[in-house]
Amino acid sequence: MDVAHVAKLANLPLKPGEQAKFQKQFEETLKTIAVINELDTTGVEPTSQVIGLVSVVRQDEVDLSRILPPPAANNGYFVVPSVFNAQ
Amino acid sequence: MLNNLSLTEALDGLKKKKFSSLELVQDCLNQIDKVDPGIHAFLHINKDAQNEAKTVDVSKPLGGIPIAVKDNFLTLGLPTTASSRVLEGYMPDYESTVTGKLKQAGAVIIGKTNMDAWAHGSSTESSDYGVTRNPRNPDYLPGGSSGGSAAAVAADMCTAAIGSETAGSIRQPAAWCGVVGFKPTYGRVSRYGVIAMASSTDSPGPLTKTVEDAALITRIIAGRDQYDATTSPLPVPDYLSPLKSSLKIGIPKEYMEVMQPEAKELVLKAAKRLEELGHLVEETSLIHPKYSIGVYTIVQRSEVSSNLARYDGIRYGHDRSYFGEEAKRRIMLGTYALSSGYYDQYYNRAQKVRTLIIQDFHKAFHKYDLLIDPASPGPALKIGSTAGDPMFGEMQDILVEPSSIAGLTGISLPCGVVNGLPVSFGLIGPQFAENLVLQVAHQYAQPNL
Repeated sequence: MDVAHVAKLANLPLKPGEQAKFQKQFEETLKTIAVINELDTTGVEPTSQVIGLVSVVRQDEVDLSRILPPPAANNGYFVVPSVFNAQ
Repeated sequence: MLNNLSLTEALDGLKKKKFSSLELVQDCLNQIDKVDPGIHAFLHINKDAQNEAKTVDVSKPLGGIPIAVKDNFLTLGLPTTASSRVLEGYMPDYESTVTGKLKQAGAVIIGKTNMDAWAHGSSTESSDYGVTRNPRNPDYLPGGSSGGSAAAVAADMCTAAIGSETAGSIRQPAAWCGVVGFKPTYGRVSRYGVIAMASSTDSPGPLTKTVEDAALITRIIAGRDQYDATTSPLPVPDYLSPLKSSLKIGIPKEYMEVMQPEAKELVLKAAKRLEELGHLVEETSLIHPKYSIGVYTIVQRSEVSSNLARYDGIRYGHDRSYFGEEAKRRIMLGTYALSSGYYDQYYNRAQKVRTLIIQDFHKAFHKYDLLIDPASPGPALKIGSTAGDPMFGEMQDILVEPSSIAGLTGISLPCGVVNGLPVSFGLIGPQFAENLVLQVAHQYAQPNL
């Protein structure tokens, strides 16, 4: 495992000494988890959603409760400070 | 000392006007002042708790009850950090569904509790704000990741507490601190506003003084939530209804093999008591829990690497250099497991083994109503035990990882003491069998049956 490369992929700055320390620890962890290779998974489907829900969608409804009353909003539009000052 | 009361006792006292919510909240705050400097269960105390107690409607289901909440639940008006420096001082913009429901039921959030940073651990030792100590013996760890919540309940600093479990994070600290910890089925309680750890197993739940208290809180926080698409549409039943018949309960022999001898003896004694209560208890066999360590480690790291990718310090919080060592290790291992060329070998294979474990439970629950599953192989370990062991949590949680990756419901409750430290007994049930788990646990905990 190329620790420096993975750290770059994860956008994580490493402190001095961490690269060597993690290298050793990752190798040990990968050895421990290799136990899953002992079981035969031929023809077994992977599971990521455990309670059997599929494609949950909701009604596409407009929620006006988040539009603030005047003066923060006007005619259903947010009121914000003007960008171009009309002086 | 109203802080010593269970939730059920406190509700009864409030409704009968034996004392006020303010007196109850004040007793908890006094207890926090007295013992928390030595335990460090809390990260933030709600300075408004007394005012809230003065105006609360005690006729509500949790009216006037002081509840401690794990620091990974977003709470309006209270800082939320998940015990990480990345989120130091962060004030949430919205309320989690769980705390929203608690507040609506009249609960007073008394404070936010310490945890392993981002919930990465089983000791509370990886908190960026220092370890929590076990109230039963301060030289020992409280477990984790909901260690602060478990310690707060055990030391009577609150009436009840909320935690979250990804694999053991409610049940294991409850076991180590000698309180009740209940993990509802995945999807039973909304994760909305809970700082995500492993999204495919994260399950909020209560830590309480009695089983009845756990049932009461679960009924309030459970249910479909439009903001969390994984919540189940199934109705929430009354978890306090009495058990109608005797059950068939299995003891997985592979699980007993990893128990420490003295703790195992106490668990077998608890199983004997279930027999005396009229249940049929017999030995059974399941896939060895060591495989779940492999599955859980890969799945959890992978989901963590994705969930923690959002913390860039641009919109809120600090930049990625603020991540602690444990978070860095988990993000990197997950990044590796999901990276091109390794995905099939690690993540995909782990999800296939997960299917095998789920099928194994299906088979077991065809034969048994419930299974005996202690949350921890033994009592609490000493402060400092996690040093230099990046797989500490996975090894300590070996007995609760299988039920967590299968999304089952389970409970941990005290069943004895070894060397002055609590030992726990546990039950797991099929998905959405919360009522059976709670009913049998409640029956077991009654002194006079």
